[in-house]
Amino acid sequence: MQQTMDQFQVGDQIRITKLELDGVMRRRLLDLGFVPGVIVTVFQKSPLGDPIAYQVFQTIIALRKEESSLIYGEKINEEVCIHE
Amino acid sequence: MELNSSQKIAQLTDLYRQAATQSTTTLRDEIVGKIYQTSQELSEKSVNYDKRKTTWLDKNLDQILTSKTFGFPIMLLMLGIVIYLTIAGANYPGVAIANLFSVVEGWLTSLFEWMHAPDWLYGILIEGFYKGTSWVVTVMLPPMAIFFPMFALLENFGYLPRVAFNLDRFFKQSGAHGKQSLTMTMGFGCNAAAIMSSRIVESPRERMIAILTNNFVPCNGRWPTLILLAGLFMAAGFSGGMNTFISAGVVVGIVLFGIAMTLFVSWSLSKTLLRGVPSHYTLELPPYRKPKIWNTIIRATLDKSVFVLKRAVVVAAPASIITWILANINIGDTSILQHFVGFLDPFAQSLGLDGFILGAFILGFPANEIVLPILLMGYLATGSLVDVDSMNNIKDVFLAHGWTWLTALNMMLFSLLHYPCGTTMLNIWKETKSIKWTFAAFAIPTGIAIITTFIIAQVVRAFGLV
Amino acid sequence: MNKRIALAGNPNTGKSTLFNLLTGLKQHTGNWPGKTVAHAEGELTTEKATYQIIDLPGTYSLYSNSEDEEVARNYIIFEKPALTLVVLDATSIERNLNLALQVMEMTSQVIVCINLIDEARRKGIEIDAKKMSEQLGVPVILLSAREKIGIIQLLKTIDNMMERKITTKPFQIAYSDEIEQKIKQLEPHIKKVFGDDLPTRWIALRLLDNDQSLFDELKSYLGQDKQTSIEKVIYSNKERSYGA
Repeated sequence: MQQTMDQFQVGDQIRITKLELDGVMRRRLLDLGFVPGVIVTVFQKSPLGDPIAYQVFQTIIALRKEESSLIYGEKINEEVCIHE
Repeated sequence: MELNSSQKIAQLTDLYRQAATQSTTTLRDEIVGKIYQTSQELSEKSVNYDKRKTTWLDKNLDQILTSKTFGFPIMLLMLGIVIYLTIAGANYPGVAIANLFSVVEGWLTSLFEWMHAPDWLYGILIEGFYKGTSWVVTVMLPPMAIFFPMFALLENFGYLPRVAFNLDRFFKQSGAHGKQSLTMTMGFGCNAAAIMSSRIVESPRERMIAILTNNFVPCNGRWPTLILLAGLFMAAGFSGGMNTFISAGVVVGIVLFGIAMTLFVSWSLSKTLLRGVPSHYTLELPPYRKPKIWNTIIRATLDKSVFVLKRAVVVAAPASIITWILANINIGDTSILQHFVGFLDPFAQSLGLDGFILGAFILGFPANEIVLPILLMGYLATGSLVDVDSMNNIKDVFLAHGWTWLTALNMMLFSLLHYPCGTTMLNIWKETKSIKWTFAAFAIPTGIAIITTFIIAQVVRAFGLV
Repeated sequence: MNKRIALAGNPNTGKSTLFNLLTGLKQHTGNWPGKTVAHAEGELTTEKATYQIIDLPGTYSLYSNSEDEEVARNYIIFEKPALTLVVLDATSIERNLNLALQVMEMTSQVIVCINLIDEARRKGIEIDAKKMSEQLGVPVILLSAREKIGIIQLLKTIDNMMERKITTKPFQIAYSDEIEQKIKQLEPHIKKVFGDDLPTRWIALRLLDNDQSLFDELKSYLGQDKQTSIEKVIYSNKERSYGA
């Protein structure tokens, strides 16, 4: 089921489906690896719940709700090999 | 056929337009996606991961250091421990350095007597230059030589981005950029350097907020003032380890107040002068790395010691000579310094300070390190015969000039909140290239320092607490 | 003779540590992204020659997403260093290769430096440098700037590259047929304008990506013929930021 990135739980593995951002921020997120089709892991929520850190291509990137709520993805259940 | 440059530009412009028509919205996704895919394929062939070797710490440290339950307590604890160790550790070398300086002063005095040097020369060189410089070194060097290695260890370990991660929500609500917490932490070392590091904040509006509020965290020139006054006045009723503990608690409180002020001023600015919403931002949490412990400690200690000694000579020396001259040249039957202090005194009293303290802050504009030495010199030059050869005597000097805990508290707060030092102001001007904003960087903290100390002094006095 | 060597790399790859080691300078290092605020230059003397080393800002990519990326990209494209060292973090090769691939689209004079190799070994990551070098078509060196591992080999490789004893054949990403088609169509026209002065395939890609910032830089490059210095680039960027 497709949800925005801020709605998943820590530990969830998510396949990114689309980015509803434009301009520089979209390109910056793409450069960081938030590319449709890529699998990211929800790594950690900060003590106040926002921002949330995601593990994407061996790097941990924290996003504020403003951005993460514009990235869509779906939770995957099967074991997927990503390098940590 | 060789084209000239304007023909080339025309051709290029054509090509750009032509390419733009072929560009699709998904093209960037495709390009970047392809690069990542290629990276993945290439590294699959030449990189081999042995998952068993991934340590528990690598995976779980962040679950603790940034957890809902422990994130903030651990941050507070780290701050507390660093400050506690600084206070506890700085005492002994401080005393040793003070003793050393006073022995050398004895020799120098004998030398001057033997040479039959005139009084004014002795005054300028020994009471002005030598004492002023030696106080800066005595008071500043030990805490810095202990604080900075610890700070550098945390920095190299990778803890600072976690602080930014933990605190980000507060900064967002203040309309500030998330990376401002990084520039804020750099301010603990040196505000002037932190102003330069504010370049990591890309949006001009938020960078300006980071620049204007950086001063609310104490830098290396102000830590020792806070530590010394907290120890002498705030924890006066306690001795030994308890004294250190309470002093550390007071200093932590002052730091938290500074952070709260940072957030409050950021919020006010983004609602008024620098209106706007927080821009997009991403923060990388780099992997923790075990610092090269001895390297880091030695390097940070040496760098900071050299830094303090250099400042002591470059800034403190001339300032001490000027202070001595001001205190020893009379107009009428009182010294210039007395006139100056007397002029400031009524206003300073309303802030819970006195003319000497305010005067020291003004003369100490070039560098915060010299505020305390100038203050002591001012006090000593005006009648009090106490010779400062140990830290405890400093308190006697203060008490002889009518200090109470309120004086100490307000001096700490004024030190925390007042205008940035000369070097920082210069950097602010260089970074903003704007007289208006440089002035704001001066006026906003100064106004806040005055208002805060005024309110506290009035309230404390109204309730008869001193 | 051009003896400038640029250091490029993602943030937090130990680039500053390597820079300090090579030049003997003491730029501030620390474990947080973006700490290198001012760009730094220093000198490196090997057995063969003395080179000038330029530490570019740490970036995730070399597109025009931020000042840092523009500064790094402009330096590599317009200042044309004789050699570019791309510093990768051995513990996150997948992510870091990304930047190496982008640099290899811009210039063929590249050495890939895989830093933090001690850290990677501790974490059970084994990297086959020989294989990677074959794949990438440029020298790949495993090193640890902190522990001073692999530095001698790096210096030798630098000398050999400078003396053209090593020839490279940088790996080029193959994009989708559609994109490749468009690149092929644009390339000859670009060559007419820039000759062999600038990498045509890379420019074609950037134009297809509608990269306005690069387009502006290319125009001013054609207009003035003389190259801008990196200081100028940084300054003009800075002045753009503060209006009031």
